[in-house]
Amino acid sequence: MTASIESLATQDYKYGFVTDVESDVAPYGLNEDIVRLISSKKNEPAFMLEWRLKAYRHWLTLTEPTWPNVHYPKIDYQDIIYYSAPKAKQPGPKSLSEVDPEVLATFNKLGISLQEQERLTGVAIDAVFDSVSVATTFKAKLGELGIIFCSFSEAVLNHPELVKKYLGSVVPVGDNFFAALNSAVFSDGSFCYIPKGVRCPMELSTYFRINAMNTGQFERTLIIADEGSYVSYLEGCTAPMRDTNQLHAAVVELVALDNAQIKYSTVQNWYPGDKEGKGGIYNFVTKRGKCAGINSKISWTQVETGSAITWKYPSCILLGDNSVGEFYSVAVVNNYQQADTGTKMIHIGKNTRSTIVSKGISAGRGQNTYRGMVKIQKGATGARNYSQCDSLLLGDKCGAHTFPYVEVKNSSSQMEHEASTSKIGEDQLFYCQQRGLAAEDAVSLIVNGFCKQVFRELPMEFAVEAQKLLNVSLEGSVG
Amino acid sequence: MNLLEIKNLHAKIGNEEILKGLNLTVRAGEVHAIMGPNGSGKSTLAHVLAGRENYQVTSGEVIYQGKNLLEMAPEMRAREGIFLAFQYPVEIPGVGNSYFLRTALNEIRKHRGLEELDALEFLGLARQQMKLLEMDESLLNRAVNEGFSGGEKKRNEIFQMSVLEPRLALLDETDSGLDIDALRIVSKGVNALRAPDRAIILVTHYQRLLDYIVPDFVHVLADGQIVKSGDKSLAFKLEEQGYAWLEKDAANL
Repeated sequence: MTASIESLATQDYKYGFVTDVESDVAPYGLNEDIVRLISSKKNEPAFMLEWRLKAYRHWLTLTEPTWPNVHYPKIDYQDIIYYSAPKAKQPGPKSLSEVDPEVLATFNKLGISLQEQERLTGVAIDAVFDSVSVATTFKAKLGELGIIFCSFSEAVLNHPELVKKYLGSVVPVGDNFFAALNSAVFSDGSFCYIPKGVRCPMELSTYFRINAMNTGQFERTLIIADEGSYVSYLEGCTAPMRDTNQLHAAVVELVALDNAQIKYSTVQNWYPGDKEGKGGIYNFVTKRGKCAGINSKISWTQVETGSAITWKYPSCILLGDNSVGEFYSVAVVNNYQQADTGTKMIHIGKNTRSTIVSKGISAGRGQNTYRGMVKIQKGATGARNYSQCDSLLLGDKCGAHTFPYVEVKNSSSQMEHEASTSKIGEDQLFYCQQRGLAAEDAVSLIVNGFCKQVFRELPMEFAVEAQKLLNVSLEGSVG
Repeated sequence: MNLLEIKNLHAKIGNEEILKGLNLTVRAGEVHAIMGPNGSGKSTLAHVLAGRENYQVTSGEVIYQGKNLLEMAPEMRAREGIFLAFQYPVEIPGVGNSYFLRTALNEIRKHRGLEELDALEFLGLARQQMKLLEMDESLLNRAVNEGFSGGEKKRNEIFQMSVLEPRLALLDETDSGLDIDALRIVSKGVNALRAPDRAIILVTHYQRLLDYIVPDFVHVLADGQIVKSGDKSLAFKLEEQGYAWLEKDAANL
């Protein structure tokens, strides 16, 4: 059976195409001039440039972290292009009709045609192509409710007071090596503000795609849910196939004020490299949410199937009393992929609650690490945490690792931790086959069952996509 | 026509030969019981017929409905109507029992050129069969065998069998671990499946099961071969005298 399943055809990465567009590209390397160039390209106000320079200078004092359980050749930060924008036919596309048709065609190939989206689906998308937001759909409709959903660059120009107040308030410039780098050179991203008492009537969505060669993508997302508001936000990613590794270092900051809720869902499908482990995206991302207000709630759901290396810990700072943090994760590694992912739940307010459900799937020679921290501060009376970490192994050359850290400083708090590691057994496979299921269908059935707890947290259309991705990622992987 | 014809079958697991020239012919409409001491190869036979790949067939042939069974992948055998009720059914966490069985049924229906059943049509069918087996409907919504008691697992196997309507059912020690009530219910389910176009092979240790499911033939398997065949009375003799007298015969073969 081992042999027959290993020989199942492996599907190639389906999103590996390159779009031929004229780009406006910065020279290789990073120095203060590049930071200034990026800032000036975007006509940023002085406070942004200062902020970037502060971050850059701090970054120079930091070294790349070595604690993650991932291995890769040293990155030469001078051998990366830090800014690349598709050249607009006229400066600043104001509507979809002004966007380079080639760029739009790329999105169409990905099956997320903006026109389609706008017309049919009711999902508002902010599409980040290489380094600039190409277009934001549904802006007008959202505007009627006072919702601001735009590219980060626009937010800097049109809503500087909000940007100034919240940028870096959750992930400070000096937070870590990659966050500092991002703060210095981020080119664009998404900005979202939901005003008091507004329930955002549609899923907001960003689609990230790296296109140009040797380009780093450093996007910045900032979402603010004002008192009593609600928003559900989706993030999807793809990248073309390249032999060389490309760097992606994003920062996402979420702020939930009193009684506000943010649901943030990610399906990450960056190019994972080929079967020999060549190429692929290095995904070093800092995602953090702050439940700043009472009764606020932030929920992270992620399905991580791509990237050569994933380094990512969507976290919650539970500052407001009775606030709630959730983390639901499926991380898949196949071939030579490595993932070190998990979460941090920091309980500061009283009666704060957090839930962690992590499902790691390892196949091929993939290495999957769950790293999670639950910290209960002195004042967090009545805090509760539930953690569950399950690992599934497919084959005998892959690995699953779990590093849970716990720090409790309040004796009235409660913590529960459950963990399991299992292997897709030949018994399970044979059982399914004996009932008439082909081996590959059996594998996807078993894996989807394993991930069910997480998938049901995803918005419907995303859950379907996630299941499909999972099946593609794992084809030809079972032994 | 013979439904199943096993000729001089040899099979091993690792380096150990377990089946050593087994012959058996099963016609449609018949119920065969295979008995024998531990380690005689009873379960191996069931698994080899179902296509478990860690058993290696070294020689002999198996003709099923006129086709070479040994060339078929396990899922093809299932779609062609072979069903194995497992001695130890596995758990599949997170996969709904109902979804699982409907997927299996539709694979088989597709193979036979029949329309697939939607969730509602399936539910109607499933409920009917569950009633017969006195199973709680809530088991449909639970994950496949997860947290089922031993008896529930066995009943679930028979439930699957009755929904999938096999042509050749292999029951691997379905009676083991069942109390009298469960045995009665499971037997009722099996008996309901007896039909002129269908054959059943029961692998069992105990004559007890044969009080409920009366076989047309009883075979004794010893050291990888069928050493004695007879009718139901053979089972009684085994109950009284054990296998020793037959094993002596086998040694002299």
